[in-house]
Amino acid sequence: MQGMYLLVVDWYFILEKFLLVGLVVSLSMVVAMYATYAERKVAAFLQDRIGPNRAGIFGLLQPLADGGKLFFKEEIIPLASSKALFVLGPMLAMITALLTSAVIPWSTPLRIFDRNISLQIADINIGILYIFGVVSLGVYGIMIGGWASNNKFSLLAAIRGASQMISYELAMGLSLIALLMLTGSLQMSVIVNHQLGGGLGGLLSWHVIYQPLGFVIFFICAMAECNRTPFDLPEAENELNFGYHQEYSSMKLGFYLFAEYINMFISGVVMSTLFFGGYDLPFVNEETWNIHQNWLAIIGFCTLLGKAFFFVFVFMWIRWTIPRFRFDQLMNLGWKRLIPLALINMVITAFVILWLKK
Amino acid sequence: MQLTQRAKQVDRRPMTQLEKLYLWNIAKGMWITISHLFKRKVTIQYPEQKRTFSKVFRGVQILNRDEEGRERCTACGLCAVACPAEAITMEAAERQPGEEHLYKEEKYAAKYEINMLRCIFCGYCEEACPKDAIYLSQTFAQANYDRKGFIYKKEDLLIPNPKEDPDAYQRAVGERVTKPLSS
Repeated sequence: MQGMYLLVVDWYFILEKFLLVGLVVSLSMVVAMYATYAERKVAAFLQDRIGPNRAGIFGLLQPLADGGKLFFKEEIIPLASSKALFVLGPMLAMITALLTSAVIPWSTPLRIFDRNISLQIADINIGILYIFGVVSLGVYGIMIGGWASNNKFSLLAAIRGASQMISYELAMGLSLIALLMLTGSLQMSVIVNHQLGGGLGGLLSWHVIYQPLGFVIFFICAMAECNRTPFDLPEAENELNFGYHQEYSSMKLGFYLFAEYINMFISGVVMSTLFFGGYDLPFVNEETWNIHQNWLAIIGFCTLLGKAFFFVFVFMWIRWTIPRFRFDQLMNLGWKRLIPLALINMVITAFVILWLKK
Repeated sequence: MQLTQRAKQVDRRPMTQLEKLYLWNIAKGMWITISHLFKRKVTIQYPEQKRTFSKVFRGVQILNRDEEGRERCTACGLCAVACPAEAITMEAAERQPGEEHLYKEEKYAAKYEINMLRCIFCGYCEEACPKDAIYLSQTFAQANYDRKGFIYKKEDLLIPNPKEDPDAYQRAVGERVTKPLSS
């Protein structure tokens, strides 16, 4: 009977993970939905307008109306397109956008029925590498969609998207190497724990204090990876006529647009996790409050959300401030400015760490 | 040569290394946009809230009536002659005995049409009219389902009767009809 234990499955564990996956996915969806609303409101306010205010109070039902509209639009698949790939494109964009959230530690563990439930779907020891891998896959949504459309503009957009991703991923990776030197681990939970318990309620141990340049580089690259203005060259309404999703209609188009907002939210979460202490609430020491563990988890979760929303707002703020880069400017910025800067940052970090450890 | 005082000297010096990072200039730009977050909004909530027009605003034409509610138009055709867009067409008819309460003078317009797709709202018809019969009102948002609907008939253009429905008459007249109604 000893061998039977190998087959014993902790069903609660599986149930718990399934629930968590469902929650995280629906959370990302809802946030992305209201990010579209927020985008329109932020755009309006920065341009002295009011923004959507007809559907529901303050226009809060606007995302639902938009979604409903997209569902009922006619679905057009161009005759000359390669159909399988054409359908695959938006699916890939959506899936890769949602996959990233799997390794994010959303908060401290919850305690339900005497079980510690970790609010991280998978605490794998290569967390950052996983994020990198999935984010790089994200470009396939753009490439396949643009290529399968059989349209010059879409193809140009796909090429632009691919080259942009490759250029900015390098600088992003280099800026993270400096961060990894500090933590010595690729595991997301270790990186967050490394930022807890410093001065000012943890604020002084946030990585952004030690890696300000690294953060700025990471931020710019994240914006480029999300294809947000000023890096929205694959979309480029006025040059490429909406680029890679020009031929798309109905909810397939919706998926592309939606994936962008999910990406934006997730990259906000990743930035908060890597550089801004994750779920750590600054200026206070939560451990001394002597309240139930579940409350701490909820507070931590809200803190993380707050930080992520702040980054989402900054993304929007930048989008409505500056125009799109020209392609040569984009490449110059990526290869001639960010990569050398990231390298310098990495070398300096390495020397300082060596010097301190001596 | 300077044509205006507003001309601005363009700085054509090549960018410095700091400027090539764009960060400082982007920060300046972001400061400008965020300051707009707190500024007064210029939006007018249209159907509920309407912009006030100047008195010379030229909207859709109305065919005026006199104070007893009789049509003033005598179908002289001066408006059609004056119209640069050739949007106006009409047919005259003779007033029959017993119709004195309908038409002010012996001749009236049996048919009066303005093609609103051609009309350029110049107001020449109003200037040409010797009988104060046509005015450009302050109504402006016309909508219709097809092009035919934009050829406005007499029924569409005639102002409500001031005797039967004075409120609707006042609304339709707006502020533009400044001349006294009786002449």
